[in-house]
Amino acid sequence: MLHIYCPHCAEYRVETEFHAAGQAHIARPLDPEACSDQEWGEYLFFRKNPRGLHHELWVHAAGCRKFFNMTRDTQSYEIKEVYKVGEKPSVVDSPAQQKAMSMETVSEETVSGENMSGAQS
Amino acid sequence: MSDLNTMTAAESAATKAAVMDQLPSSEIEGQSPLHHADLLSLATQGPSTGGIHFREHKLLGHLTLRCNAENADQLAAVERVLGVGLPIQPLTSNESGDYSIRWLSPDEWLILVPGLEAFEIETKFRDEMPGHYSLVNSSGGSTVLELSGENVVELLQKATPIDLHLKAFPVGKVVSTLFAKSTTTMRRTGEQRFELVVRRSFSDYIWLWIQDASLEYGLVIEA
Ligand SMILES: [Zn+2]
Repeated sequence: MLHIYCPHCAEYRVETEFHAAGQAHIARPLDPEACSDQEWGEYLFFRKNPRGLHHELWVHAAGCRKFFNMTRDTQSYEIKEVYKVGEKPSVVDSPAQQKAMSMETVSEETVSGENMSGAQS
Repeated sequence: MSDLNTMTAAESAATKAAVMDQLPSSEIEGQSPLHHADLLSLATQGPSTGGIHFREHKLLGHLTLRCNAENADQLAAVERVLGVGLPIQPLTSNESGDYSIRWLSPDEWLILVPGLEAFEIETKFRDEMPGHYSLVNSSGGSTVLELSGENVVELLQKATPIDLHLKAFPVGKVVSTLFAKSTTTMRRTGEQRFELVVRRSFSDYIWLWIQDASLEYGLVIEA
């Protein structure tokens, strides 16, 4: 059972009062009409599934019913921080890790794509 | 949070929301969610000693207010209408006479007033409140149950994961939480006295649950 700090109620509550609502910081495209099918599909359906640090949206469902963000380690379940919607996380992957993550994404994409140079740069 | 709508009180009065007196006329008897339990008979015929005392504060006026806690004009208007200000600190409540206000979330409060005054107070709010806000009369949607007695904390501990120690849960504190697989807004009104706001549709279930859970302490019904 996780013990989660609600930034709105300003106290710890048990996990059963909360619901996880998926990946945080998903920006809706400013001009949906101008999106390609791929851009729109990625916005709607594709989510990160990292092993390690993850920024998630949670809702205090049985309490104040407000949403907030959480930085959580998906491997150890350790909650690094909670912060309100609209705020930036202070715990983020180091630039090296971020680069490694984005390299992974690029090479995954290029398996089915044509341009192999992207994975090597 | 910023106010998109910065109407003055006079301007909002001109675009008045429809306010309806929800009380039935005098020929129809208002029935609380626990009407069928006939608490009055249980109070007169049931045991008079026990570790748990139970009472329904029925047919109160429940008003849900959503507004901006940083808007001084709105806070002042609430105080003009109710004679008591909104509790701004999380998990707190304010009380004055028959009126009580529970903090529900950073921009939402539950105001309890005597049932017969709900319409009048709602109307006053429409006249006084400036800016962008919402006030909903949700009286029919929930009821208030009061639990007290020397075993009340032990009883509640069976129902909720909240820490009920006086240090963690002082008199006046309000929490919305899980309660016996249902949910409630629970407020401590005394060292051994709590008020639960419960959903109408769950009130019978909670009433049955309380009877079962209080078997070992003895249940005294008050009416
Ligand atoms: Zn909360």
